[in-house]
Amino acid sequence: MKPELYLRAKRRLLQMHYESGVGHIGGNLSSFDILMTLYHEVLADEDVFVLSKGHAAGALYITLWSTGVLSEKDLQTFHKDGTRLSGHPPLSGIPSILFATGSLGHGLSLASGLALARKLKHERGRVFCLMSDGEWNEGSNWEALIFLKHHGLNNLMLIVDLNGMQGMGATHDIADIAPLADKFRLFGLNTVEVDGHDWSSLATALRSQQRGPWAIVARTKKGHGVSFMEDRFEWHYLPLREDQYRQAVLEIGTECAKNSAEPF
Amino acid sequence: MRQEFCRTLLEFSACRELVFLTGDLGFKALEPLSQAMGSRFVNAGIAEQNMVGVAAGLAKGGLRPWVYSIAPFLYARALEQIRNDVCFHNLPVVLVGNGGGYGYGVMGCTHHSLEDYGVLLTLPNMRVYVPAFDSDLQSIICGLMKVNHPAYLRLGLSEQPACLDLVPYAPWRHVLAGDGPTVAFVGPLAGNTLDAIRRSGMNADVWLISELPFDRLSDEFVASVRTSGYLLVVEEHVTVGGFGQMLAYALLEAGVRPARFVHRSALGDSRDPY
Repeated sequence: MKPELYLRAKRRLLQMHYESGVGHIGGNLSSFDILMTLYHEVLADEDVFVLSKGHAAGALYITLWSTGVLSEKDLQTFHKDGTRLSGHPPLSGIPSILFATGSLGHGLSLASGLALARKLKHERGRVFCLMSDGEWNEGSNWEALIFLKHHGLNNLMLIVDLNGMQGMGATHDIADIAPLADKFRLFGLNTVEVDGHDWSSLATALRSQQRGPWAIVARTKKGHGVSFMEDRFEWHYLPLREDQYRQAVLEIGTECAKNSAEPF
Repeated sequence: MRQEFCRTLLEFSACRELVFLTGDLGFKALEPLSQAMGSRFVNAGIAEQNMVGVAAGLAKGGLRPWVYSIAPFLYARALEQIRNDVCFHNLPVVLVGNGGGYGYGVMGCTHHSLEDYGVLLTLPNMRVYVPAFDSDLQSIICGLMKVNHPAYLRLGLSEQPACLDLVPYAPWRHVLAGDGPTVAFVGPLAGNTLDAIRRSGMNADVWLISELPFDRLSDEFVASVRTSGYLLVVEEHVTVGGFGQMLAYALLEAGVRPARFVHRSALGDSRDPY
C-alpha cells in the first residue's frame, strides 16, 4: 500500500464525515488500517469480505473508493437521500458488499454460511469478517464461534477491531470480555494478536498460511491518528466541527509518516 | 406430518444445491435425510440465531438451505436474522417450523406457535405455506425447491376427515360446496372443522387456505360470501395478524360486507388474558 494513497484516503474519510455531519468517525478510524491493508495487500479475486461492524461503513466506502470500486461521485452522496452509501452497508448496488449489516452479531454467522457454501461446493477462496470488540457482547457470535470451529471452516478468518470502546464507555467498564484472544484460543481458533495500525504486521497476520479457522485480534485505537479523538468513546457519535476537521487533517499526516517509514 | 415431510424431501436429496440445517431436533424423523445428504445435512446445534444467519450465507453462496426446528424456536428466537439476513436480501431460505399452531399441545405454551405467520408476513418477500394434509407436501415441497424468495413451511397435524374426497392441492381449495354460511379455515384444521360443520347440519360452503399472503380474492369466493352473507373464519393463530384479519381487510377493499363475520382463533394476543 502506497503511503500517499493511504493518506489521501484517510483525508477523504475525514472530509466525507465532516461534510455529511455524520458520527461514527471513531470506530471508522480504528478499522481503517485493517480495511486498507485487507483490500490493498491481502484479498484475492476469489476471496470475500463481510463487515460485521456495519457502523464502519464509511471506512469501507473509502477503501472501495481507493480501489476504484466506488467513484468520487458516489462518495458525494454519502448519507444523503436516495444514496447507495447509507450510514450502514446497503442491501444491494455495490457488488463487493454482500450483506446489509448494522445490527451487531450477524456478520460472523453470515460469513460462516459463505465459508460453508465454499466448502460444500469445493470452491477456493477465503472469507474475511471484520467485527468490533463490543460486538462480542452479542450471544449470537458465541453461537457462531462454536459452529465455525465444529464444522472446520478453515477458509474463514475473523478479525476483531479491538479498540476497547463501546456504546457508552470502555468495554472493561460495561461488559468485560477480556482476554478475548485467549477465549478464541480456547475455542480452538488459530489466534494471532497484532497492532491494528501496523500495516506490515497486519498484512502478515491476514496472509496467514497456518490452518484456519483464524482469529486476528487487532489492537486499535478508536479515533486513531487524531489526538482529541483517540480512546474517547464519544467519537462514536459526534460529528466534526470545522476547526476539529482542520486539526484532524493536519494530525493524520504525521501519523501516516510513522507507518510509511517501514513500507512493505 | 414431519415423517411425510422427511419422506418427500428425501426425493430431492440428490439436488446438489440443497442443504438441510437442523437446530438439533428431528430425532426418529430426519435420520434418513441425514444419511442421504451426508455433508449437506448440518446439525447446527441448539443455536437458532446462528443457524438462520448461516443459512443466509449459504443462500448467498448459491445454495438452497432448509432450516428446521420446533416452530417458535425458529421464527421467534431468530426473528432478527430472518428479517435482516434472509428477508431483506430476498434469499431462498426455507424455514420449516414443526408443531405449527397447537401442534405440541400439552407440551406447554413455550412450544405453541400461534403468531408465526402473522409475524413473518410483516417481513418483505416472505411467503407462508400451511399444508392441511400429508398429501399436500408433495406439491408444496416441489414448488419450494424452485422458489427464489424466503419461505416458511408450517408443519402441523394431518387430519384427514372421514367421508371427504380430497381435492388436489391448491393455495385456496373449495373443499365442500353448500348454500349455507361461507367457512374459510387455514391448514390442518380440516378434521375438526369439517366434522363440526357436518354435525351442525349447516350446509356450509367451505374453503381451505394453505398459502399466505394472497394476492386477490377469487370471484368464486367473493360470490360465496355475497350470497351467504355469513362468513366464519377458523385458524390456529391469534386474532391479531391472523388470516381472519387479512381476509376481512381484503373483503372490505373488494366492497364485500357480510352481515355476520365470526372469527374463531387462538387465545394469546395482547388483548387476551393468558
